[in-house]
Amino acid sequence: MKTIQLSWVQTLFFAASLLLILSIILPAQAVIAQQVTSPGGIKAWFVADHTNPILTVKFTFRGGAALDPAGKEGLSNLVSGLLDEGAGDLKSTAFQQTLEDLAIGLSFSSGRDEFGGRMKTLVRNQDTAFKLLRLSLSNPRFDAEPLERIRSQILVGLKQKSEDPHSIASQTLFKTLYPTHAYGRPTDGTIGSVEGLKASDLRTFVHQRLAKDNLIIGVVGDISAEELGKRLDATFGLLPAKAAPWKVKKIDPISKGQTIIIDRDIPQSSILVAEKGLMREDPDFYAAYVLNHMFGGGSFTSRLYEEIREKRGLVYSVSTGLYPFDNSALILGSAGTANKRAHETLSVIKAEWDKMATGGVSQKELDDAKTYLTGSFPLRFSSSGRIASMLVGMQSAELPIDYLQTRNSLIEAVTKDDIKRVAKKLLKSENLVTIVVGRPDGIKSTN
Amino acid sequence: MCIFIAKSVSRLLALVGLVSITSTAQAGVFNPETFMLKNGMQVVVIPNHRLPVVTHMVWYRVGSADEAANESGIAHFLEHLMFKGTKKRSNGEFSEIVARNGGQENAFTSTDYTAYHQTIAVDRLELLMEMEADRMTNLVITPKEVEPERQVVLEERRSRVENNPGSILGEHLNAALFLSHPYRNPVIGWKHDIEGLNIDRILAFYKRWYAPNNAILVVAGDITAAKLKPLAEKYYGKIPSQPETVRRRAKEPPQHAERRVTLRDKRVRQPSWRRTYLAPGLQWGDKTHTYPLEVLSNIIGSGASSRFYRSLIVTQKLAVSAGVHYSGDNRGPGRFIVYASPMPGTSIDKLQAAVEEQIALLIKSGVTSDELARAKNRMESKAVYARDSLSGGARVIGSALAAGLSISDVESWPERISAVTQVQIQDAIKVVFNSNRSVTGVLLPEDKYSGVSK
Repeated sequence: MKTIQLSWVQTLFFAASLLLILSIILPAQAVIAQQVTSPGGIKAWFVADHTNPILTVKFTFRGGAALDPAGKEGLSNLVSGLLDEGAGDLKSTAFQQTLEDLAIGLSFSSGRDEFGGRMKTLVRNQDTAFKLLRLSLSNPRFDAEPLERIRSQILVGLKQKSEDPHSIASQTLFKTLYPTHAYGRPTDGTIGSVEGLKASDLRTFVHQRLAKDNLIIGVVGDISAEELGKRLDATFGLLPAKAAPWKVKKIDPISKGQTIIIDRDIPQSSILVAEKGLMREDPDFYAAYVLNHMFGGGSFTSRLYEEIREKRGLVYSVSTGLYPFDNSALILGSAGTANKRAHETLSVIKAEWDKMATGGVSQKELDDAKTYLTGSFPLRFSSSGRIASMLVGMQSAELPIDYLQTRNSLIEAVTKDDIKRVAKKLLKSENLVTIVVGRPDGIKSTN
Repeated sequence: MCIFIAKSVSRLLALVGLVSITSTAQAGVFNPETFMLKNGMQVVVIPNHRLPVVTHMVWYRVGSADEAANESGIAHFLEHLMFKGTKKRSNGEFSEIVARNGGQENAFTSTDYTAYHQTIAVDRLELLMEMEADRMTNLVITPKEVEPERQVVLEERRSRVENNPGSILGEHLNAALFLSHPYRNPVIGWKHDIEGLNIDRILAFYKRWYAPNNAILVVAGDITAAKLKPLAEKYYGKIPSQPETVRRRAKEPPQHAERRVTLRDKRVRQPSWRRTYLAPGLQWGDKTHTYPLEVLSNIIGSGASSRFYRSLIVTQKLAVSAGVHYSGDNRGPGRFIVYASPMPGTSIDKLQAAVEEQIALLIKSGVTSDELARAKNRMESKAVYARDSLSGGARVIGSALAAGLSISDVESWPERISAVTQVQIQDAIKVVFNSNRSVTGVLLPEDKYSGVSK
């Protein structure tokens, strides 16, 4: 069906010539990470890179928006917007002016499971950059002006999200999957909760949550390990030794085939489907990872892409992804299609879900997925920021430091039988929670 | 095999066999190497040896602004169809091969150019070059591929534009800003045009514009010009050049009236305001204003220390966001965009008055020497960061060349920025902030119109 004016001879010739090239495996060893321990005992994973006179520091404190107290949803998000808005003797404008004059990038962010940040500087400005980072973490001001300014920006952001079909779908999905758990709440809060947050809440957050025992650091750039050790002590050494005790409950999502339609007068339905996935530490995680790539993860080559976009032209984008949080896990699919074709799109997604669950995959499909996943791994290291993120991500997931070298063998080890077993366990279309935002024809909410 | 028609400098050089590899001065941004193939295809190499990886891009000097009046979207539709088959490869095989080899790929279309790119291990580069060269002239498309893809593009339009009131306003704003120039049409195309494009016209567009002498190859990563040159000659060099296509874009007449476009939509919860001024650029109007305008946009509208942020957001508390955006590197007219979104309780009129007051202040007093020095410093540091990413340099240089600029325009950027004076900025301010060459766009909720009165 797909072949156009192509003779068998040509097909064979090209297949053969490609096989020769395929046997070469790219060395991932080009990026070597080491652990640096400061004189004061602070650890960081580090990749020395002297290509350019720049330095990137990424860090994460375990425990994110899921720890925001009930009624104070959006607390960690508001803190992330304010740590670079004045610290120590520097008020907001002076702090921001220094960052901009010296082209220092300093920003913070809040996720479900972690509170993170990033500092990027030219080597010649690193004294100031490290100093501002230290002040922002250990001595933020939370003055009234920036607090109210950032609060109103967040409130406007929440309003804008309430207009956006995909955001509406996503928020509804999490509320449905986790009705009683912190994962069901919006990480940036609600209008009511954000309006109620006070400077004292922000200070409590900083004292309780930003500590050395939940800190993870990744550094890439033009610095020596010895110098970095000293910088780590000077920058993070003032933080308290321990964060306040915290725990987020492990939880299974409630996915029992619910369908929820959110009525919006828009031409294209925004569709999300999800059910329970696999945790990062699950021994079958790599099999699920390869499976997801073949099913809906591969950008131009997955089964869903082929069936829904290429063959039927139903969508511009359709994909699936694995979402292993610290305390729960999902497999999640998304698509956008004209209202009148939403029913067909959803039917094909579910049919493919079942086909993958029961039909297995061919050896060629598996081999192709593996050569993509192993061959493309080094592409993740294409900038110092991406490498630093990787260093933090590896530590967050409690992976060994030689993971960069061993990761591809974990992918290689996945077999057809693994895929079959994991597909059967993972993909249960009757359990899928379906959220549609729009005016889809032929789909009804369940009760 | 090759048809030689000498119409440009590059073609003349090729004719006399002057294919030389030149390196630009070390003080530049990316320090690329470049050479010309005999068929007129320019090749640029940006060495970056951090990883054994390359980004391979082919840029065509054609975009939505080169479309005929009733075929908007054809450049972008063709970009989608380029992933179908060729005489040699079946539908979808291109992407399967890239993926199987661990590569990542995509393509994009703009007003001035269309680009195809892959990032992959350097030992697979030759494979990509063979495939990309193949689809430059051997594309095969039939209704079986075109019709589903048309639906895909219409879905793309729904998700980018029709589902989003801000994007709908943006289309109207562009159409109002340009009276005649084709920048008035959306890159993705108008819906009825996308529905009507037929295969013959798409193929005619492809044959007209997709040729080595209208293309640029940019490779960034673990490679040198010396290593790339034989491969470029082998795969791209053998494609015959085409008679040079004459670019026929409608010209923009002088503008004499300010325009206002208002969209009230029940989906909108947060109003916003923006004004786009027709602006000079490196290839349109008085190009000497381009670098001063770049510096100006940095001073007034980029970041939390910029004038607009400080005055409208921090001091006056009238806006939650405010900034400016200037693009002067297009083949056609430039745009200087000023935007702001009001604090709850502030009317759009009051916000607009405050922005206009800032503009009046600029016209009267310009920028201070301190503001200028700080902006230059920030902008020059950016050049150092730009070298860090593998594909960043390829994108910057590729887009500049494809829009009609030169490598030295990119490489001399730090010098040009550092040469900008207060007086030049003052001159540029007086040229650009002319309401008669502007459109104001307002996005409002349906039920709370507060447009004219306060």
